[in-house]
Amino acid sequence: MIALENHKADLISFLGSQPLAVLATHNKGQPYGSLVAFAATQDLDYLIFSTTRSTRKFANLSADPRAAMVIDNRSNHPSDLRFARAVTATGRAEEIPKDASGHLLKTYLNKHPHLEDFVASPSCALIRIRIDVYYLVTRFQNVVEIHLT
Amino acid sequence: MTIFILTLDQVEEGHGPMLGGKAVSLAAMHKNGIPVPPAICITVEAYLDYVASTGLRDQIVLDLYRKPFEEMRWEEIWDTSLRIRNAFLRTLVPADLREVLLKEFELQFRGRPVSVRSSAPGEDSSKTSFAGLHESFVNIRGPEAILEHVRLVWASLWSDRALLYRQEIGLDVKKSAMAVIVQEMILGERSGIVFGKSPTDNALSVIEAVYGLNQGLVDGTIEPDRWHLDRQTGKVVSHFAAVRDQAMRPAENGIRLEALPPDLRDQPPLVETELSEVYSLCMRSEAIFHSPQDMEWTYRGRDLHTLQSRPITTDLQQNEDDQRPWYLSLHRSFENLKNLRAKIETELIPAMEKEAQALALIDLKSLSNVALADEIDRRRQIHQRWLDIYKRDCIPFAHGMRLFGQVYNDRVQPDDPFEFVGLLSETGMMSTRRNEMLQELADMIKHDATLSECLKNAHLENCDGVFAEKFNALVSRFGDIAWGESRFIHDAKDLLTLLMEMGGSSSDVKGQGKKGLETLQEDFLSMFDDDQRSMALDILDIGRASYRLRDDDNIYLGKIEGQVLAAVEEGRSRLAKQPQAGVEDTDRDHLSDALQGEGTITSQGKASSDAGQGKPHFVAARQIVGQPAGPGLATGKARVISQHSDLFQFKRGDILVCDAIDPGMTFVIPLASAVVERRGGMLIHGAIIAREYGLPCVTGVTDATRWIKTGDILTVDGYLGMVIIGESNLSHKT
Repeated sequence: MIALENHKADLISFLGSQPLAVLATHNKGQPYGSLVAFAATQDLDYLIFSTTRSTRKFANLSADPRAAMVIDNRSNHPSDLRFARAVTATGRAEEIPKDASGHLLKTYLNKHPHLEDFVASPSCALIRIRIDVYYLVTRFQNVVEIHLT
Repeated sequence: MTIFILTLDQVEEGHGPMLGGKAVSLAAMHKNGIPVPPAICITVEAYLDYVASTGLRDQIVLDLYRKPFEEMRWEEIWDTSLRIRNAFLRTLVPADLREVLLKEFELQFRGRPVSVRSSAPGEDSSKTSFAGLHESFVNIRGPEAILEHVRLVWASLWSDRALLYRQEIGLDVKKSAMAVIVQEMILGERSGIVFGKSPTDNALSVIEAVYGLNQGLVDGTIEPDRWHLDRQTGKVVSHFAAVRDQAMRPAENGIRLEALPPDLRDQPPLVETELSEVYSLCMRSEAIFHSPQDMEWTYRGRDLHTLQSRPITTDLQQNEDDQRPWYLSLHRSFENLKNLRAKIETELIPAMEKEAQALALIDLKSLSNVALADEIDRRRQIHQRWLDIYKRDCIPFAHGMRLFGQVYNDRVQPDDPFEFVGLLSETGMMSTRRNEMLQELADMIKHDATLSECLKNAHLENCDGVFAEKFNALVSRFGDIAWGESRFIHDAKDLLTLLMEMGGSSSDVKGQGKKGLETLQEDFLSMFDDDQRSMALDILDIGRASYRLRDDDNIYLGKIEGQVLAAVEEGRSRLAKQPQAGVEDTDRDHLSDALQGEGTITSQGKASSDAGQGKPHFVAARQIVGQPAGPGLATGKARVISQHSDLFQFKRGDILVCDAIDPGMTFVIPLASAVVERRGGMLIHGAIIAREYGLPCVTGVTDATRWIKTGDILTVDGYLGMVIIGESNLSHKT
């Protein structure tokens, strides 16, 4: 296992290596999953993603901001059970006003420069999830929790 | 270490994948003593470094694959290509690479003019000919300008032409890359091409020559003198003399078409000894490459220079259904567009109008059945003839908008690659004028409660003299415009219903204010030096005429079609009096037969909707991606237009959904809150008119009229080019 004190640095680098994540929301209790392009802030406090405002995920989060995200490096082979890593993060989402998006937008576009036009569209929202806990899963069943609050 | 640049001396035979065939053959000629201009080759590594480190590669993927290629029309492909080109224009070369390149340009060329040419790996190795898929630029001076044009050559890897032939050339975002040749410019006085073996006669070689640079010859602007030579001996067999009156000459940062001095007009560009010299050059090159060559050459003084040599390739296997060669032919030079414009404005449009007027004078009711049948056939032929003319002359003229757009983007490098459309609009399109007349009538209804009340119950003529007069003026000016099987005005009652609906609204042409237009124009013109400004104005003028005529010629064509329909309707009404079923739906192509008592009347059954096999599931679209064609966001009820009567039921705030907007339909636009069209493109009718009215617009929505039903709640995202079907919690938190 990774030494206790290295987990945070390791997590930052892992999150940086993966462009896409699965976002979980719900509609009146019915779970709903979506694939999103995400980025993490250096302090790990926030996971950021973008979506148009007409999507189900946006509607779901508007009704209830509680969300989860799964980031993993699987290759879709059975060996993933031993070699792949997955991180589940839970927290609360909120839209970042465009005029106040500053460094979060920069963080996001540094990782996804090709999404600049998409994010700039007035119909697109930039969302941050304030993360409470990261659950780090390795070798299928090793689980470590990082609590931020 | 990554190699970004090689000189001709450093290039080896195996460098094809890194440099492209064009560069490798230049180097081979150079090594074999054939004089070629000093040049350096920028390897594909430079391109790859640029697109990878700037994120451009991912951006290309996003843009290129927003829809499957097979669902894209040529116009959408052109738009995609323009967006990608703009992305290259706006993405600077990373500092490290930039430094390497600028240093080399300075070292090799100092301030001397160069040409910047594409050399795509794989391009020349294929057995078929794909010349002209990528861009080249001549007479470029100074390291910064060279670098900027290198980016444009890189961008042309994704030109509309290349995208059309993507399968044949194996275009692939993951693998494809572009090399560039920067070659010292030879300011040639006489130039041309030579074919070692004539494509039509194996025993001949062909030389073509013009005065000036050979760009005029290559793009077809200048007709060349042509010689056929005996391929074995080089002896001249025949000479075709051209009308020599123009030459392409170097001008400030580019080239310019100039009149040829009178003393040169009577002399062929080459004398006999020079023909031999060019022929020999071609044979030497053939010996080096072991196959007949297709070469470009130029004379400066007495010195012959080779610009390019490539194997003669066979033309593409022409498949009759393959429209691509026609699409390629739509790229027109500025000169060609100027001539086309004069022809359309002074010749074609007046002739179309005259034709429609002459047809309108014929009294259809007085014709016998047989004579009416003949008249229907005659009108159909006239209409077909105009359709052919339209395809030959009017559609290519639409390229004027594209040419202007490209010039605009090159100079202004705007955020929005379609900003230039703003400069084209508000130039008095006919359909805008018609809509203004409609609005005027609608305003009368709005502000006059007595009139409004009267129109609900009484006949128009009995309500208000001024209103009736204006109404009739509108009908006589535009009433005969056709859309598909129906005419703008079928029944005055329909139009009144629409006017009452419009009376409740006060939507004006929003577009951009006059000031915005002027600022935009000033900004554009300020990008040019004083001596280039009139050229810039000329191109703007061509762009505007192209935009305006695109609408107008359609409307005049619609008037002729309206006359076909008038005859068809007369025929139908006569047949309806005969006791036969199904007459109402008689296909207009079979009508004249029916009138003459020949053939059978076929009833066009209503297209049967997918007869479900009673399966318990259903498929519905939630979000469909098209092309962003007019910025903005709107939610409303869909009004799917599939027949004439749908138009007149249009309610304020509805979203217009149709297969393809036709000028005959655009009168409902002032009521619409957004436009969705199956046919794709930025410069098509729907998009143009939506922009004019400032409405969100998405075009190229595959199967739009199948997925969307009248009454569906739609959200149209004109920024990102998406249509969302069904309720969406669209909140504007911005």
